[in-house]
Amino acid sequence: MNEDNGELKKMMIILSKASLENVYAAFILANGARMEGIEAEMFFTFFGLEAVNKKKLEHLHVATVGNPAMHIPTLIGGLPGMEALATSMMKKEMEKLDMPGVHEFLDILKASGVKLWACKLAMEMFHLKKEDMYDGIGGIITVGEFYKKSSGKGTHMMFI
Amino acid sequence: MDKTISGKTIQVNEEGYLTNFSEWDKDIALAIAMEEHIEELGPKHWKIIEYLQDQFKQEIPLSIRKIGKSGVVDIEEFYALFPQGPLKKATKIAGIPKPASCI
Repeated sequence: MNEDNGELKKMMIILSKASLENVYAAFILANGARMEGIEAEMFFTFFGLEAVNKKKLEHLHVATVGNPAMHIPTLIGGLPGMEALATSMMKKEMEKLDMPGVHEFLDILKASGVKLWACKLAMEMFHLKKEDMYDGIGGIITVGEFYKKSSGKGTHMMFI
Repeated sequence: MDKTISGKTIQVNEEGYLTNFSEWDKDIALAIAMEEHIEELGPKHWKIIEYLQDQFKQEIPLSIRKIGKSGVVDIEEFYALFPQGPLKKATKIAGIPKPASCI
């Protein structure tokens, strides 16, 4: 820490979930890093792959079950249409704050220089191919390769 | 606090942003750009600076998304013209407050 005064130089953000609140958290952190002049790379694994899956990325939902902060009883949160309702409410609020949709947000991240990687193992598990994924994906890589990209002073890693 | 830059004394906050936009001029912009390691301000830089100042005068909050949609510059070029935190740097050079936006 002493050599570089603990300065944050690069954020490596791993996204393993596809609920909208987690996807946005990861995107905002990556974008916010770039806005501060910090490098950022993202690794999409397990359900996080849905955020870069062309067919799925515009249909992500907020989790209404197992999320105490929603203040919806679990039984009601599980009723048909509840997730869609909560999601459309959240999207409306986000639009008011000038937050882009998932696809547009990915375009912004790409244009801002955020590197986007898909996890090889998870891709195989879900039978996904590169052409199923958002065009800005830089490649399909292993955990080892992701660690290699994380080397250097001032790199921090975050798992969502 | 006071700051003397390109022969003038101006008011800035602790991060170096002008607190009184009326004190801004092009020489000050050039001097701040140098401090931010941007050696030269080309026509595109000035166009962006004008756009930012215009938004500020209209009290419209700034974000990276809005810059991308402005028609003045795309996001990739914005990052290339003002490396290392473009919105932060461009607003400083434009003599307007640092945007509080996270996006």
